[in-house]
This record gives sequence, C-alpha cells and structure tokens, in this order.
Amino acid sequence: MLARFRRAGLWPMLRKEFIQLRRDRLTLAMVVVLPAVQLLLFGYAIRTEVRNLPTVVLDESQSSESRALIDVMRNTGNFRVIGSVASRAEVRRVIERGEASAAVIIPPDFAANLKRGRSATAQIVVDAADPMAASAAISGAALAGAARSSAILAQRTGGQPPLEVRVRPWYNPGMRSEAYIVPGVIGVLLSITSLVVMSLAVVRERERGTLEQLVVTPLGRTSLLLGKVLPFVAVGYVQMTVVLVLGKLVFDIPVRGSLLLLYLIAGAFITANLGIGLLISTAVKSQVQATQLGYFVMLPNILLSGFMFPRESMPEIAQWIGLVLPLTYFLTVLRGILLKSASLSAIWPETLALVTMATVLFSLSVLRFRKTVE
Amino acid sequence: MSTALDTVATEVAVQTRGLRKTFGPVVAVEGLDLEIRRGEVFGVLGPNGSGKTTTIRMLCGLLTPSAGDATVVGYDLRSQQSEIRRSIGYMSQRFGLYDDLTVRENVRFYAAVYGLRGAALDARIVELFEQLELTPRAEQLAGKLSGGWKQKLGLACATAHHPKMLFLDEPTAGVDPAARRRFWEIIYDLARDGTTVLVTTHYMDEAARCQRLAFLSRGHLIAQGTAAEIPAQFGERTIEDVFIELQRRDEGEAA
Repeated sequence: MLARFRRAGLWPMLRKEFIQLRRDRLTLAMVVVLPAVQLLLFGYAIRTEVRNLPTVVLDESQSSESRALIDVMRNTGNFRVIGSVASRAEVRRVIERGEASAAVIIPPDFAANLKRGRSATAQIVVDAADPMAASAAISGAALAGAARSSAILAQRTGGQPPLEVRVRPWYNPGMRSEAYIVPGVIGVLLSITSLVVMSLAVVRERERGTLEQLVVTPLGRTSLLLGKVLPFVAVGYVQMTVVLVLGKLVFDIPVRGSLLLLYLIAGAFITANLGIGLLISTAVKSQVQATQLGYFVMLPNILLSGFMFPRESMPEIAQWIGLVLPLTYFLTVLRGILLKSASLSAIWPETLALVTMATVLFSLSVLRFRKTVE
Repeated sequence: MSTALDTVATEVAVQTRGLRKTFGPVVAVEGLDLEIRRGEVFGVLGPNGSGKTTTIRMLCGLLTPSAGDATVVGYDLRSQQSEIRRSIGYMSQRFGLYDDLTVRENVRFYAAVYGLRGAALDARIVELFEQLELTPRAEQLAGKLSGGWKQKLGLACATAHHPKMLFLDEPTAGVDPAARRRFWEIIYDLARDGTTVLVTTHYMDEAARCQRLAFLSRGHLIAQGTAAEIPAQFGERTIEDVFIELQRRDEGEAA
C-alpha cells in the first residue's frame, strides 16, 4: 500500500504542502493564532449565565424584615446592590440611564403585613430589554422569595418547611459557561480548518493553474487528493491539542473521559468536514467564492449546532437543520467525553452519525473532485 | 517490437484523425487531422479562439475529445492516458508554478512527481539548472521571478523527466525579446536531442522558426506545411499576411 503511494507521488505532494503551509503566513496564523484567540474570546466573553445584575433598592419599609429580604436576594448572587433610591421616579431614572438593570421595591406596609400574618408584597422591576439578564433577575427573585417565605413560615409554625428541593449541578458544579463553550471551540476550529482553509488551498491550486499542471503528470488522483487533505488533518489535530491544553491551563476545563476515543471520533468529524470543503472547492471558481460559501456553511454550524445556544430552546425547524450538521453530533461527543467521562456506549449514536456523514460526504466529494480534474 | 506499426509509431509523434471538441453548442475544434513527426518543432498558429489551446489540452489529456482518435508518442489518447502522461511534458501560459516555493523546490517537486528519487533526482536538478542557467536564482521564490525566468523555470519543471514530447501553449507570452531568443535556442537543443515539440504561438517570428506549421481558424485546420509553403497556398507573400487575412475573414464572419 505504502509502496503504491510512493510510486504515485504522495510523498512529494505532502512535502510540498508542508513547505507551503509553513510559508503561508495567513494559514499559519489561522493554525496557531486562531485557536488561542478563539479560545480566549469564547471562553471569556461568552457568558450565558448572568450574575451580579446592578440593582438599586427602594426600601419604604425600612424594617428588619425588609433588610432580611434584601440580604437573601443579594445572596442568590444574581443581584449586586449598587445603592438606595428614594422614590419610584428615581427608580425609573436609574434604569433608563442604564445605571441599574433591576430595582427592588419594598412598600411601607411590608413589615406591618408580615406581623399581622398577611401576605406581604415586594416588587422587582427588571430592564427586560436584555432577556438574558431579565430571566436571571426573575429566577433570582423567585428563588429569594420562596426561600424567605418558607423561612418565615417555619418561624411562625415553629416547625420545618414541608418541602425542600435540592439542586445538584452535575458535571459542571460551578455552572461555568466556559466548561460548556470551550469544548465547543475545538469543534468550531476543526470545521474552519478542514472545511474553509482546506477548500481555499484546493481552489488556490486551480486558480494558479498548478492543478492543471499536476493533472498532466503521472501523479495518481488518490495521491493528489490525499496530499491535499492530509496536511489539514494534521493541522486539525494540532489545533485540537492546543485548545485542550490551553483549556486545561487557562479555564481548568476537565478531561474526564478517554482522549484516545475523542481523537478517534475527531477523525470522523474532520473527514466529514473535509468532504464538505472539497465539495465547495469543486463548486466555486475563485478563492473569494470559496470563502463566501465557507462562511455560509459555518454560520448555521455556529448558531444551530448547540455551540452557543442550547438546541432544545430552538424552534423545531432550526433543530432539524441542526440534525444535518456534523458539528451538532461532535459537540455532544466533546462535552460527553471531556465533562462527563462518557464511554462509547453512551455516545455511540453520535459516533455512528459522524462516521456515516464522513463516509457519505467524503465519497461524494472524491467522486466530484475526480470528475472536475479529469 | 519490430512490426511495421511500431516503426511508424516511432516516426510519428502525434497523429490525429477527425479530432473534434464541442462545449455545449460551441464547436471549438472540428475534424482535425494532424501529423507531427518525431523530433520536429511543430507550430500551431491561429487567431485567438481558433482552437489552439483546446487542441493542446486534448492531446495532453486535460480535455476528452468529443469525437475522433489520436495517438501521442505511439499511445492511444483514449485508452493509454497514464502511458502518455509519463512521456509528455506540458507548459501552459501560466507556467503552472508554485509562487510560494523556491526555484529549486519547484523543480524538485515536479521531478519527484515524475518518479525521480534520491541521487538521480539530485543529478537531474543540477543538470537542469545548468542547461537553463537557473543556478543564480535557485533559492528565490518563483512568485518573485520576472516573466523570462518563470518561463525557463516552467520549462525545467515540464522537462524534468526527459519527456519524448513537449507541449508548449503560448510559452513566450509576456516575455522580453532576449529571453524569447534564448528560449528558442533551448527548444532547438531539446529537439536535437530527439524531443518532439508542439508549440502554439501568434508571434510571426516564432512561427518562422518552426519546421512545420498548422494554421487553425475557427476550429478548422486550414493549412499545414513549412513556413515557406503556406503563404503560397493562400496567394500571400508572408505568413503574417496569411494570418491577418484569416483574422479579417473570421471577424467578418462573426459580425
């Protein structure tokens, strides 16, 4: 087998590709700098959970009861009290100016109502222009309200609260969004490299007329193809390793499952993307078109695969589109292996989907590629 | 290997019979019958769009003919592609070079693709560098070379494997006169060593350097012969007169 490739010129092809890769500053930057930048960008900047909403307090009750409620709310961590205000007009003003995103309003009769055994009412005003912040405020308020209620009830009856729900966040006990995002960065990077950068490299050969020159040589079609795609498989694995190491060092992302399994399944994912990239390269005439088409493919990958937003909350049609994206399945594999130490028995459906996609897409692209170079 | 057919095959480098190529409704080459002898420098002339490049691309195996047959260095164009690929060299108008590789890396790559290895590869690179005077530019990136140097490098890459037959598609476009003259000296050296050369051009001085010529117009072969014979066939004084007359006729028909 090896001897056959040797005769067919795979080694000169690989050697040439690596020299070119080394010399092309843009590609090199994409290979080395992109993983680091993406990791830091997504790891630090994307926060799907909202904490420490700037909050003002309008305490018209001025009682130990009202202060107790405010303390409980502060303890949820969702609110950061930045000061007190004196009137409802002032509440409106600070929220309109964006100085505060939420306000806690406790009416004058709050403590009196409690003392008489009636329901006391407190109000939370939320700037819902940012729905993510608003939902954090709502859940924080509900949590604080329920906790305070049951504490007061327990005090009155002298007994224990009848019901307690305890939440245990498994796999990501700190509920850190970087533990969710960083494994995804690996998937996105591998797509960019094996899909966008690889298709550009093929189109570049076509544009410069060197592909035509190679076709008149005895270089085998298989060697031509392998020589073109193998370097990007290698680059993909390097990027993946860089992100894993940086993820561990900078964000303390755990590697709980089998790395060998992860690297093997990554091979299927890379192959599927190489297939898409090759299909793009046969469909376009210029590098500009290849870039445009590449981003057209990358966009649903980033938005619909579950990389940033959970797929469960998407409209059904978006979920269906997500089902045809290799990244959707690879993300489950990545998070499963890294965070949950999943074994193959847990992620075989995703693995099967990836292997099937890789086989179909790559075979299709090879057939089309052969046709366009004949 | 000593049958009559083989003897003919060694004398004839390229033979085409009724070669035709269409792109959709457009007929690029029609009923082409060419015979190129071994060791000959054969020129294909014609205005733009006359079918020169299509012809060369068919003979190199880059395009599949729509109809007709051809043999190239004794091999059948349709069934013996891989034998043909090993025996021919091709240089396109764009030279087919990697701009981001050095002169040496380009030659080494193409020579390796043609199967040269180890000491034989190193020796061939030295030989090509001497023959084409590339040594002073060996470590320079191909993208930084001027047209004349690119052309010589392209020729080094196309001839790295000692091809029996060399196809040159407008090899001197964008090259200065001194480099063109030197290029033709090299072509004649190659022909003297037994390489058959097919070259397309629309420079008249280059046409005059070819031993025999074929004139293409709108996909048809309209004349074949030496530079001296062809003008007489058209009642013109020079090849240039024939060329201009043809171009005028083509444009008249197109209008």
